[in-house]
Amino acid sequence: MTTRIDKTFARLRAANQSGFVAYIMGGDPSHAASLELMKALPDAGVDIIELGMPFTDPAADGPVIELAGLRALKSGTTVRSVLDMATDFRKDNDDTPIILMGYANPIHHMGYAEFAAAAKDSGVDGAIIVDLPPEEDGELRAAFDQHDLALIRLATPTTDDARLPTVVAGTKGFVYYVSVAGITGAAKGENAAISDAVNRIRTASGLPVVVGFGIKTPEQSAQVAAHADAVVVGSAIVEAFHKNGKDAALALVKNLSAAAQVNRP
Amino acid sequence: MTNYPDENGRFGSFGGRYVAETLMPPILALESAYKEARKDPSFWAEFDNFAQHYVGRPSPLYFAERLTEYGKGAKIYLKREDLNHTGAHKINNVLGQLLLAKRMGKKRIIAETGAGQHGVATATMAARLGMDCIVFMGAVDIERQKPNVFRMKLLGAEVRSVTSGTSTLKDAMNDALRDWVTHASETFYCIGTVAGPAPYPEMVREFQSIIGREAKAQILKAENRLPDAVVACIGGGSNAMGIFHEFIEDKNVRLIGVEAAGRGVDTDEHAASLTGGAPGILHGNRTYLLQDEHGQINDAHSISAGLDYPGIGPEHSYLHEIGRAEYVSCTDNEAVNAFQLCTKLEGIIPALESAHALPRTLDLAKELGGDGLIIMNMSGRGDKDVNTIAGLMGVEI
Repeated sequence: MTTRIDKTFARLRAANQSGFVAYIMGGDPSHAASLELMKALPDAGVDIIELGMPFTDPAADGPVIELAGLRALKSGTTVRSVLDMATDFRKDNDDTPIILMGYANPIHHMGYAEFAAAAKDSGVDGAIIVDLPPEEDGELRAAFDQHDLALIRLATPTTDDARLPTVVAGTKGFVYYVSVAGITGAAKGENAAISDAVNRIRTASGLPVVVGFGIKTPEQSAQVAAHADAVVVGSAIVEAFHKNGKDAALALVKNLSAAAQVNRP
Repeated sequence: MTNYPDENGRFGSFGGRYVAETLMPPILALESAYKEARKDPSFWAEFDNFAQHYVGRPSPLYFAERLTEYGKGAKIYLKREDLNHTGAHKINNVLGQLLLAKRMGKKRIIAETGAGQHGVATATMAARLGMDCIVFMGAVDIERQKPNVFRMKLLGAEVRSVTSGTSTLKDAMNDALRDWVTHASETFYCIGTVAGPAPYPEMVREFQSIIGREAKAQILKAENRLPDAVVACIGGGSNAMGIFHEFIEDKNVRLIGVEAAGRGVDTDEHAASLTGGAPGILHGNRTYLLQDEHGQINDAHSISAGLDYPGIGPEHSYLHEIGRAEYVSCTDNEAVNAFQLCTKLEGIIPALESAHALPRTLDLAKELGGDGLIIMNMSGRGDKDVNTIAGLMGVEI
């Protein structure tokens, strides 16, 4: 079966374009408001949606995503309510991949098998679980394989040649390259280093490589798109939505996605 | 001795390495440096030299005659970790880790702290070894542990106030992890307890196990037999693991850990992860955690900043599940009363953390009767808590 992720990257390849991935926090500031933003993302040029599942202790995130998560928790957000957003989104959209992003404990508490089944039911395509490195994700990966869901792995500037095979073994969908050794919302990595890393990971994995962390402006989006199969922006969108509302966030998304989706050289 | 953790850092189903990919290479590098160092006699020679001449080891095993009289039962001995340089057991672990950092060529040391004892110990060793030191501390803890904050600054450390989440120990650990992820190549993260990703639980246990090795030799010399029980307070559980480890294979020695029950384990305000929590994943390891029905971490509460943590070291979770150790709890009020009792009867001002172990030690003394023999780990001294106690007594100082 060809997945939504595969179809998306095939379409981008055919158009000789990089894609654009937008991260939003599920339930921030409310279920309804974040769902409304989510539904508007594809028309603003978003090829893949990363949907954040909030956690009280997001040790890999900077203050923007952490505070968004705390607002979401305050509004009553749970793993189930984030999955409900996906279900709702799928009523009008069967093309845009949805990748859940979050931390292990809430889904460990739910049970990995139950989480995988519920994610599939709600029309989700995959997940990134930040604190499940390859050494610890076997149980969740097995559950995801049963439902043909992609468990996306992260590669980072500290992932050297010795470690890369471990990171790409058994990975599906795409690989997410974290372009800076740091937390979300940090400064962007160097373009030359990004280019080298993307080539290395693409060769090792045979999969598309998306690049995120530290990308905030259309200029940076365009720079990274020259090397990556897709560009990910999170904190800047979350911040714009929080401070200035939906229209401002979507205007930013349009600029970022247009910059990413220029034809490749 | 014990043959766990396994090569994946597992104690049964607990432990592991649940960290972001960015931290995996530094953690694996740390593990391999640790494994080399522990086989190197020169590493241990330096450790022993500092332990003896700088920390002041061995710490005495002291027969607490008046507490024993008061308890009307078993003989109570106190393992006097409160007499160590910097006033607690924390320095044993820091000594080992910073000697390892030196070996690895890392000169930037970061640490999290709750009560400030681990922060002070880290700042102390960093000063002695000429290293930069940054201590992450919750804003709430900074307020209730002012003397320790000032000590750290005097020692040349930078104390970073953490205002995220609940502004306590767990948030300090989040921020330390965030710093480590950002500065991994030049930074050594000196974790203060037997928790976190592998190899920390095993490594911290090894550096703290000097407590139990000394205590065993000392009790054999004093009483010519092993104790019936060893009792220690538990936040993350490093002083407990340090004194338990040597006795794990001595099946007749009961190992008793005392968690902080705060305002009561039947309330929402306690820090008793084993008594009131469930297995989960936080700060790099799978272990018992205080959490809600959606897997979100609950705030811990204890009058003692050093026990105010919603998790516990993974080996304790394992010892709990296999039944090798018993875990009980002690409320804020009981600990405060025990603090005053110990001070008046023995002339020893215990850390509020350590005071948690005393009520259960006295219960056990009664249970065991006059032939019984107990070692309680007096993990730290209470000078830092004098302000808290004065406040509770309504005394201005």
